[in-house]
Amino acid sequence: MRRVAICGLSMCKVGNHYHKSLRELFAKVALDAMENAGGPPVNAMYVGNMSSSEHTSQKNIGVLLSNSIGLNSTPSMLVECADGSGGAALYEGFKSVASGLYDIVIVGGVEKMSEATHGENRKISSKAIEQECEAFNGLSIDGEFAIIMRYYMHYYGVPKRQFALFAVQMHKHAARNRYAQLPYEVSVEDALNMQTIADPVTLFDTAPAGDGAAAVILCPLERAQEFTDTPIEIAGAGQASDTLALYDRKNILTFKATSEASKIALESSKLKISDINLFEVHDSYTISGFLALEDLGVIERGKVGQSVEEGLIDLNGPIPTNLSGGLKARGHPMGATGVYQAVESSLQLRGEAGKNQADPAKVALIQNAAGIGSLVTVHVLKRV
Amino acid sequence: MWREIPQRYRLEGAVCKNCNFSFFPPRTICPNCGSKELNLQNFSQSGKVLSYTVIRKPPSDFETCEPYPVALIELLEGVKVICQLTDCDVDEISIGMPVEAVFRKVREDGEDGVVHYAIKFRPLTRDGNLSKK
Repeated sequence: MRRVAICGLSMCKVGNHYHKSLRELFAKVALDAMENAGGPPVNAMYVGNMSSSEHTSQKNIGVLLSNSIGLNSTPSMLVECADGSGGAALYEGFKSVASGLYDIVIVGGVEKMSEATHGENRKISSKAIEQECEAFNGLSIDGEFAIIMRYYMHYYGVPKRQFALFAVQMHKHAARNRYAQLPYEVSVEDALNMQTIADPVTLFDTAPAGDGAAAVILCPLERAQEFTDTPIEIAGAGQASDTLALYDRKNILTFKATSEASKIALESSKLKISDINLFEVHDSYTISGFLALEDLGVIERGKVGQSVEEGLIDLNGPIPTNLSGGLKARGHPMGATGVYQAVESSLQLRGEAGKNQADPAKVALIQNAAGIGSLVTVHVLKRV
Repeated sequence: MWREIPQRYRLEGAVCKNCNFSFFPPRTICPNCGSKELNLQNFSQSGKVLSYTVIRKPPSDFETCEPYPVALIELLEGVKVICQLTDCDVDEISIGMPVEAVFRKVREDGEDGVVHYAIKFRPLTRDGNLSKK
């Protein structure tokens, strides 16, 4: 296998881009990423997206989007793994360069959620969960996480306030991120007094719906200097699955696909979890942020809320997590989220993260999950 | 859908002949050992609430039903199912609460244009009788 690097990147602010179509949103970001890499000839493209066929009726958007940037014969395809699509597209791109099949690959992620109402988006995002016996009975993705969160609170004896603290921390980071959808700070009281979506999940336990696009350009590490002065190596990558259905889980307080994907990614990078300087994890709900940090082995089980309160995941703490603001406050444009994580972490490793720059920032780990952790990708990024 | 009637109307699952693992709904191979030798079985109609939620902002096709409680329930055989709870105030639901299956309407006018019926669960009192609610 060849070593793979990120040699170009771009993203747009997450939000309601009513005036832009799916392809306009994507084209601007993808062209900026190519320019960031000095405009190399592209061999292939992989795009993460969850819901274009619901939001815009368009299928086969890999081709729609490659056409949108002037690539009319380059292989291009959609990678759909619910809200884990972005990380899965990155994994596909990584494999295709590592294998030697392609040299220059665009990995993009895009989602256009402002095309639908809140109720429609709840139905669309709930397609990530098992339909036959869970969604059929009225369960939503919010409800799945609510069931897990209630059991977490019951099992560990943790108050709701600990989850509010996590949301407050995400907003603190997002307030310094100009690409964030919700770039402002909130108080614990604000976070606790929001409307209930699915008890005990309140609005501030969820990630906002938004439009977004992000892209990275991959190349063999040995060629990276041709395209950039600041290559970032994808030093390790892993993917794993769990049961799609909650009713098939032996233990609902762990997303084992996170542990397994992370183990594979760390082994392939020859690094340990203690070598990681910063994390971007998939906090589609506050509880999924908790489980991610526990399943990665970063924080002891049942102790995430307490660790947040002690400042451990803050920019100035020992394990800076979601300096972007996370899905909670940077925003969660579903299939694009995993690519946002790659762009944000690469900027950190380049030393270009602005007011949220971590120090040291040599190695980052990104974790992107589908639904209730039914599919997880983990990538380890390293400054060369 | 007609093919889902056995599992939706009478909790029909499967028990593996090789490892004795019970699971719901039935599928082609045992999720525990991979054996294809399976017996269909109607699971017990009672169990307990492992955890639950009350949906207050539902997906668009359940918008006329809110608020409604949905629970992860463990049946006596150890099999887990996701079902709505019914015939109770949402305030009286608790983790560990014993429940029993009843047949109810889930929602009207889905994408198939039909009325959907399925199993819901209602509370049992400690002596095994129905709650007064």
